[in-house]
Amino acid sequence: MKWDVSRVNEWTADEFPRGAVIPEGGNSHDYVTGGWRSERPVRDDEVCTQCLLCWIFCPDTSVVVRDEKVVGFDLDHCKGCGICANECPTNPKFGRKAIEMVPEGCELPGVK
Amino acid sequence: MLQQKTVASTGNSLVAEAMRQCAPDVMAAYPITPQTTIVEEYAKFVADGRVHTEYVTVESEHSAMSACVGASAAGARVMTATCSQGLAFMWEQLYIAAGLRLPIVMANANRALAAPINIHCDHSDVMGCRDSGWLILFAETAQEAYDNTIMATRIAEHPDVLLPVMTCLDGFITTHSIDRAQVMDDETVKGFVGEYRATNMLLDTDNPVSHGNFAGLGGTYFEFKKQHRQAMNGALKVVKEVGAEFAELSGRPFGVIEGWGMEDAETAIVCIGSTAGNARHVARELRAKGEKVGVLKVRCFRPFPAADIAAALKRLKAVAVLDRSESFGEGGPLFLEVRSALYDLETRVPLVNYIYGLGGADVRLELIERVFSDLSDIAAGNAAPGALQYLGTR
Amino acid sequence: MPKLTEIRWHARAGQGAVTAAKVVAETALSADQFMQAMPEYGPERMGAPIKAFTRICDEPIEIHNNIEFPDIVVVLDESLLDIVDVTEGMKADGTLIINTCSPAAAVKQALGVAEAQRVACVDASGIALDTIKRDIPNTPIVGAMIEVTGVIDMESFKGLLAKNLGKKFGQEMIDANFAAVDRAAQEVTVA
Repeated sequence: MKWDVSRVNEWTADEFPRGAVIPEGGNSHDYVTGGWRSERPVRDDEVCTQCLLCWIFCPDTSVVVRDEKVVGFDLDHCKGCGICANECPTNPKFGRKAIEMVPEGCELPGVK
Repeated sequence: MLQQKTVASTGNSLVAEAMRQCAPDVMAAYPITPQTTIVEEYAKFVADGRVHTEYVTVESEHSAMSACVGASAAGARVMTATCSQGLAFMWEQLYIAAGLRLPIVMANANRALAAPINIHCDHSDVMGCRDSGWLILFAETAQEAYDNTIMATRIAEHPDVLLPVMTCLDGFITTHSIDRAQVMDDETVKGFVGEYRATNMLLDTDNPVSHGNFAGLGGTYFEFKKQHRQAMNGALKVVKEVGAEFAELSGRPFGVIEGWGMEDAETAIVCIGSTAGNARHVARELRAKGEKVGVLKVRCFRPFPAADIAAALKRLKAVAVLDRSESFGEGGPLFLEVRSALYDLETRVPLVNYIYGLGGADVRLELIERVFSDLSDIAAGNAAPGALQYLGTR
Repeated sequence: MPKLTEIRWHARAGQGAVTAAKVVAETALSADQFMQAMPEYGPERMGAPIKAFTRICDEPIEIHNNIEFPDIVVVLDESLLDIVDVTEGMKADGTLIINTCSPAAAVKQALGVAEAQRVACVDASGIALDTIKRDIPNTPIVGAMIEVTGVIDMESFKGLLAKNLGKKFGQEMIDANFAAVDRAAQEVTVA
């Protein structure tokens, strides 16, 4: 069963697990770090050679690969470090990289 | 009146500046948040040639204090800084520094001890070593952290004391906040602290001595501890004298305890460090409404000014002691000392102990208001001074 | 009662919010006021949303608690509007200053702040790129804040800027920063 921390800000001393133990694995996935990002990676599928260097180098395992192919980025956890774009090799056929970093926009209406 | 420079500076910068002005011969240090910028800025002073200190970079806090002990025994003026896990790691060396009667000055940026891991303000680190035989001074503000560092140098090296002094400032709250403060010029500080002339220095080959000796069976160890106790008791007078001299020079009052509104207060909060400012702020507002409240700040914790505290609190109808650390005994460390100090009074002063702000929990003004409100109930006979309470937990 | 002004700064680590908080405090000090400036206490992570704080008062400041109810909130990165509640605790007559090229009226409506609360918008990044030639929005946004709130004196702020910049840069850089501050003060819109 999933550890329910939805009320963590209301927990009293009696409700916290003893010894500050986290009673489950893998919950760093629940900690969304995408908000740290000021730039996001954008990948051009046509230019991409599927070399998977981005997947190897991503420090946050945020390059999503299915059936040995990059299909996108996990933007809930990508911190926008730009390592993927840095490592992405220039495709000589197109003279550019498949991944570039673009500024993170603001999704409020009326705001650029 | 002495001309002083008004600056906007963090507590850590001011401690580093005070240390530079006291010009130790040796600093051995290891970085740890939130103390790091003290030794970092000091290292820069050394690199820039602004102070002639042998700066020893070590691989741990245990080594830092070991190097300080060696250097101090050799006859050098020695300083360092640490906090939390770093202070805990120094533990056995703290006792050695004090037992060898070495006047080392160390800044401690009060921070909680793990576990759970926490880097924020808490007095658990320094309170854990309150029995190590060091003198312990606390700062409320960046200004006091600066002033305490300079006074600590004189106090530690005073021939009647010759004990290490820890100068504590609240982690992040005081270490990292930029505050308004006044600094003295280098010559004035130099003149105030004077030149250190060590007795029994290892490097004086004309007068050879041996340090770190064995004192085993037959009671000699015991006698040394009595000597240490006598030095600690006698240190209170020196702290007051040096403090008075510094106050005269700087224009900033210093007391081993500092009261606000205590002359006619009926209830009061006793606390340590930055919280005293919050408490005074609330007390001022309550006074404006006609409530006779006071605040007593303890600036010198070792030696513990028991008689001064008893005199300040003896007439009060209710007193709250705020502890930013646990002892897991019958109250927080400050409470235990204050209650003990009041035991011999003819009239019992109702006391209540609050544990607050552990791990940097914010000391919101409403918490202080709640304490004064509780005190008012106790003073009016509407509530009994209860057992230890946790202030601000859910 | 002493006049206490509390400012909260929102930015991403690395954008200069802590520096801005500090420079504003130093400007207040140069006018013989009392001040505090502090970062949000914690480990810094480049790009992560951070807060910084400034207190200014005509009398000594004794409190050391967090600022919960700011008079002024400054947002250096508009992308934070999506992920941080920048108006949290803002006083009923508080002022929100945002680095954005959107007009103040649109942002005020989008954020749903109270009528009595003012929203001021300035394209601090655009102005910085034009004048200082780098996206360092902290200097122009302080110019806008001074224009809208008058919390510190403009000439004192410029004097301090010139002094700080003069340690590392020439007159050209000082002039560029002055131009950024002046333009921000002129171009800021308030709703």
